[in-house]
Order: sequence, then structure tokens, then C-alpha cells
Amino acid sequence: MPALSIITDHYHYAITVFLMMAGLYIVVARGNMVKKLVGLSIFQTSVYLLYVEPGKIIGGTAPILDPAFTVYSNPLPHVLMLTAIVVGVATLALGLALVVRINEAYGTIEEDEIFEMDRDT
Amino acid sequence: MTIAIVRQRSLFGVVILASIYSFLMASVLIVLDAVDVAMTEASVGAGVSTVLLLATLHLVKTTEMNQVRPHLLPLFVSLGTGAVLVWGTLVLPPFGTPDAAIHKHVAPRYLADSIKETNVPNVVTSVLADYRGYDTLGETTVIFTAGIGVMLLLRKARRRNRRDDAETSQ
Repeated sequence: MPALSIITDHYHYAITVFLMMAGLYIVVARGNMVKKLVGLSIFQTSVYLLYVEPGKIIGGTAPILDPAFTVYSNPLPHVLMLTAIVVGVATLALGLALVVRINEAYGTIEEDEIFEMDRDT
Repeated sequence: MTIAIVRQRSLFGVVILASIYSFLMASVLIVLDAVDVAMTEASVGAGVSTVLLLATLHLVKTTEMNQVRPHLLPLFVSLGTGAVLVWGTLVLPPFGTPDAAIHKHVAPRYLADSIKETNVPNVVTSVLADYRGYDTLGETTVIFTAGIGVMLLLRKARRRNRRDDAETSQ
């Protein structure tokens, strides 16, 4: 049953891609800037999954060395994703600061209203 | 959950759902043996991000207006890209196998030698702070730059507000 094994071996990638595309859809289709940033965070979490999932070994344990275990998951993706999480929250803070400034300048955080104001002036 | 975030118009609802989503993601990461990543995600993703988003909502309007723009094209683009990505993942190694290419490269060396070379049992810590220390240096640079950016953006706003107050009080 090759088709069935393809589905059971790879459905975790499909979940990751679903989250990724949900984030992309929010960023592209929604005009509210806070919501766009939440969508960007969802996209980011899907990238964490994309990196951490291949590092998992079935029957393995967390990469903390102990004589009781021999099989460990791959520590390298975990390190990369720790960096990504912290950088992600830094960019989120910067984006939110920009949103606050835009709200002060235009009185709104809806993209469509901002475009209309720009067209009028 | 994700679909609820897409549909929800109240931004408070969106932020709280995003926080719960982060906690769920942290539990998934624990199941995937990434305990350090899960701890960071629970504290930073569900904690700090939620506080930042709520602080922003304190300053802006909290309901999203009804959409006037068409949403068929973004939906189509998302579905198309997703289909291509799923198709691309079909040739990747299956889940949880120990002989995938990712487990043959530098990871065995880290696991075998880190206790000898760094005397730290947690391999994630030793790789983060020792073998890949330059990554962490770059990360702190990014945080520093972002912090400067946030301070500049918000300080300018505060000063102008104060000037407006002074003008109205005269």
C-alpha cells in the first residue's frame, strides 16, 4: 500500500503547510494591521514545526544527555528555532510600534481607510 | 482554532485565541521532544507577544471593519501555494526515521562530543552558546536593533503628544 504509507508518513507536513497558508491568507486578505501581525505569527509557528518535525526520531528522547538513554532527537533544529522565536518577538514588537505610529498619524489601522485618505490628499 | 482566528472580527478575541494557539503549539513541541523550544514558545509566544498585542490594542480601535476588498484571489493564491508545498514534501524522508539525512550530518558529533568538550548535559544549550555562538550574537544584534527602532518610534510620538498638550493648555 504505497499510497497509504505516503499519507501516514507525510501528513505532518500537510498540517504544517495548512498553518502556513492560513497565516499567508490572513496577511494578504485582511486589512487590519494587528490581525496581519497575528497572521505573521501563525506563519512563524508553522515554520517552527517545519524545522522541528524532521528532527524527531520515533523512540528518541529530548537531547539532554543521560546514561539511561541512547537515542536523542536532533538538537540542531531546536537551536535554530530558539533563535527564530526570539527574533520573531522582536520583529513583532517593531511591527506593533509601527502600528501605533500609523494609528496616531491616520487615526485608523485599516489599510483600506488609509489608502482612501492618501487618495484624497 | 486557526480558522477562528481568521474569522474573528473582535481583535481582543483574535489576541486571546493567538495566545491559546501558542500554548497548544508549545505542547506539540514537547511531544516532538523540543522541550527548550516549547519553554521559549510558552513564555515568549504566549506571554510576551500577548502582552505586546494587548498593549497595542489599548492604543488603537479594537474591532475590525467589514471587508470590502475581494478575498477570492488571496484564497486561491494560498490554496495554490499550499498544494505546491504539499506536493514538494512528498519526497522528503518519512516522519521519525533515524536514518534521514538530517541525522547524519553534524548532529551525531554534537551528541557524542558535547559532554567531553563543554561539560553541559543539555545539548541544545551547548550548541546554542558554544558551537553556534555567532548565531546568538546575531540574534542579540537583531533584538538590539528592534529595541532601538521601537524606542525611536514611540519616543517621537510621546514628545509630539506632549507638545500638543502644551499648545492646547495655553
